[in-house]
Amino acid sequence: MAVQEKSFDARRAESAPKQVDVLVIGGGPAGVWAALTAAERGASVLLAEKGLVGTGGATAAGNTTTIYAGPSSLEREAAIKRRLQHAQGLADRHWIERVIDESFARLNQLADWGYRYPVDQHGQSYRGSLRGADYLRFMRRRLRKAGVEVLDQSPALELLLDDDGAAAGAVGVNRLTNEVWTVHAGAVVVASGGCAFLSNGLGTNGLTGDGLLMAGEAGATFSGMEFSGQYGISPLFASVTKGIMYFWATFTDEDGNELPGEGDRQGIVARQLLKGRCFAVIDKAPPYLQQGMRVGQPNMFIAFDRTGIDPFKQRFEVALRYEGTVRGPGGLAINDDGATSVVGLYAAGDAASRENMVGAASGGGGPNATWALSTGIWAGRAAAEFVARLGNKHHLRKPKPSGQVGLRPTRETRTELGAREVIKAVQSEILPIAKNFFRREEPLRQSLAALDGVWAAASGELSAAHLPAAELVRAREAAAMLATARWVVASAVERRETRGLNRRDDHPKQDPALARRLFTGGLDSVWVSAEAQSRALAS
Amino acid sequence: MIELVSHERCITCQACVTACPENVFDKVPHRPPVIARPDDCQTCFLCELYCPVDALYVSPFAERHVAVDEAELIAKGLLGGFRRAMGWEGGHPAGTDRDLTYRMFEDGRVAP
Ligand SMILES: Cc1cc2nc3c(=O)[nH]c(=O)nc-3n(C[C@H](O)[C@H](O)[C@H](O)COP(=O)(O)OP(=O)(O)OC[C@H]3O[C@@H](n4cnc5c(N)ncnc54)[C@H](O)[C@@H]3O)c2cc1C
Ligand code: SF4
Ligand code: SF4
Repeated sequence: MAVQEKSFDARRAESAPKQVDVLVIGGGPAGVWAALTAAERGASVLLAEKGLVGTGGATAAGNTTTIYAGPSSLEREAAIKRRLQHAQGLADRHWIERVIDESFARLNQLADWGYRYPVDQHGQSYRGSLRGADYLRFMRRRLRKAGVEVLDQSPALELLLDDDGAAAGAVGVNRLTNEVWTVHAGAVVVASGGCAFLSNGLGTNGLTGDGLLMAGEAGATFSGMEFSGQYGISPLFASVTKGIMYFWATFTDEDGNELPGEGDRQGIVARQLLKGRCFAVIDKAPPYLQQGMRVGQPNMFIAFDRTGIDPFKQRFEVALRYEGTVRGPGGLAINDDGATSVVGLYAAGDAASRENMVGAASGGGGPNATWALSTGIWAGRAAAEFVARLGNKHHLRKPKPSGQVGLRPTRETRTELGAREVIKAVQSEILPIAKNFFRREEPLRQSLAALDGVWAAASGELSAAHLPAAELVRAREAAAMLATARWVVASAVERRETRGLNRRDDHPKQDPALARRLFTGGLDSVWVSAEAQSRALAS
Repeated sequence: MIELVSHERCITCQACVTACPENVFDKVPHRPPVIARPDDCQTCFLCELYCPVDALYVSPFAERHVAVDEAELIAKGLLGGFRRAMGWEGGHPAGTDRDLTYRMFEDGRVAP
């Protein structure tokens, strides 16, 4: 591995800072809508994306179902009811309504701008689904038009903070040129998605919790991190975690015995995988629907076609891939405007806690995409307004870097603790279904102790400061996964009940007194605290 | 995982290098890109979508490498299969109007 002559800080000091009003980190749906909205409000905007705006993140790799329901329609009321039911006491009706209503307007606006929706069997323009790669490519063009500067292949590595601890920009690196970049900004929007811990689930390997780590280093508060026992079903050999088709599947064990558990797809597979192998066949879809699946989900079928499997007739072995806070709701706690607990720092999409919309449950299949769109708009708007209130003062600030683990180790003498070792250690605690799908107090505590130990070692020793871009990024991803894992496990320990995506085998029932949010944060020492009042009692 | 950059077909446009969300390729001036970090590939097929000449092949096996034979892939019509299914042409998006995803929501079994 080529060692750079200059340290990260030396390279950072040499990079000429760009000055903008709003910096957006991440170019999935949340980020592109945030950037566009801030630009429409007159702010100068720069969007930094780890991959390409168009291919990065969970939406790009798949199709995305949205909630498309007009004001006072029956669909809207039904969607709200469904959400409240699934949320198990932790969502907020007012939030669900505003998310659906904001998105409805924008999904229509997409059509006005020229996005081509299909026409359904009733001859109606069908606006409840977007093709991820097309949607983001389309939004990329809108960003250009709106004058947003886009940095592709340019992951942010750390936030810059002003003397009062407010967010004031970020530093990152271009993976293709190896150049370090610095952006000074009046406000920062974190839209870097969730954390799926490099589990190889579709479109999730770039989602390593980087924005969560950066916000955590600035002192931000998280919420709902325990609702993260979220796994996606994939064929054993493939990455495609498209879940919807399994509604028409039969699951069997190795001997072909059908597995019980109507409706709870992941649960059926998880319980079987504790015992042995699990198989599926999508045998309940009539030919008309088969064609809909095939045309609508090309990446799922390309995997089957290239291996010569007919999933409608032949059993194929399935696995669960961990999706963590991508399809699980946990993330940065935000207020109505998308503001985090750090001044000048906003969050949207999967990076934000989605509990207001989905409570304790996953919001896959519509709510998540709708949430990303609406919260992106709100965060972009609030960030632009915040900068307008700051006036030109923000140009005079002297922002300081805040990144720690992976960039600035605390110990002088170091052994060689590498990013890959850290990642392995984190994965061994967080990926296994026996530890994280089915949770229990003792194993959780052991995981937390192990992860705390890795954190202490990584703080002291993990450094990529002298390494090229790819390694620098890996080291920060390792640190981010480690930090996120600790917030997840620490929160899961404290929620001694089974609710939504926190399945506690030692507390299999819901506890009405725990109908309250759990907040977490902290780096060297992780804290967890509960909302003062139970929601069930409060309402 | 990504298994092939066809030197026959590649026009060295570098689209895959910038498009890959996992930074798997390295650019080589005036030459086809190299698969520099194959183990970072997330098997998302998106590089195939962006390649204007169907020069790439992503094997669906996410965790193991499979040797591929270019002539055989061509004979089986597998190169460019994902792009064709999506309807993109020459690196340009198209085909959203032909999406049939809505069929999965018609019988009310699944609702967002
Ligand atoms: C297989 C699958 C299918 C899904 N299907 C649906 C569905 O049908 N309906 C639905 O509602 N939801 C669905 N979801 C969830 C939905 O995709 C997400 O909720 C949505 O993508 C969130 O948008 P986002 O912008 O917050 O995050 P993402 O779309 O994940 O985008 C985050 C972006 O940030 C970038 N990034 C990460 N780190 C950095 C960094 N350090 N610097 C700069 N950029 C960075 C990433 O590269 C990425 O482009 C699905 C998820 C998966 C995994
Ligand atoms: S399949 Fe995806 S991750 Fe792999 S090389 Fe292609 S674009 Fe990159
Ligand atoms: S996108 Fe296709 S043609 Fe362009 S460099 Fe990559 S492989 Fe070659």
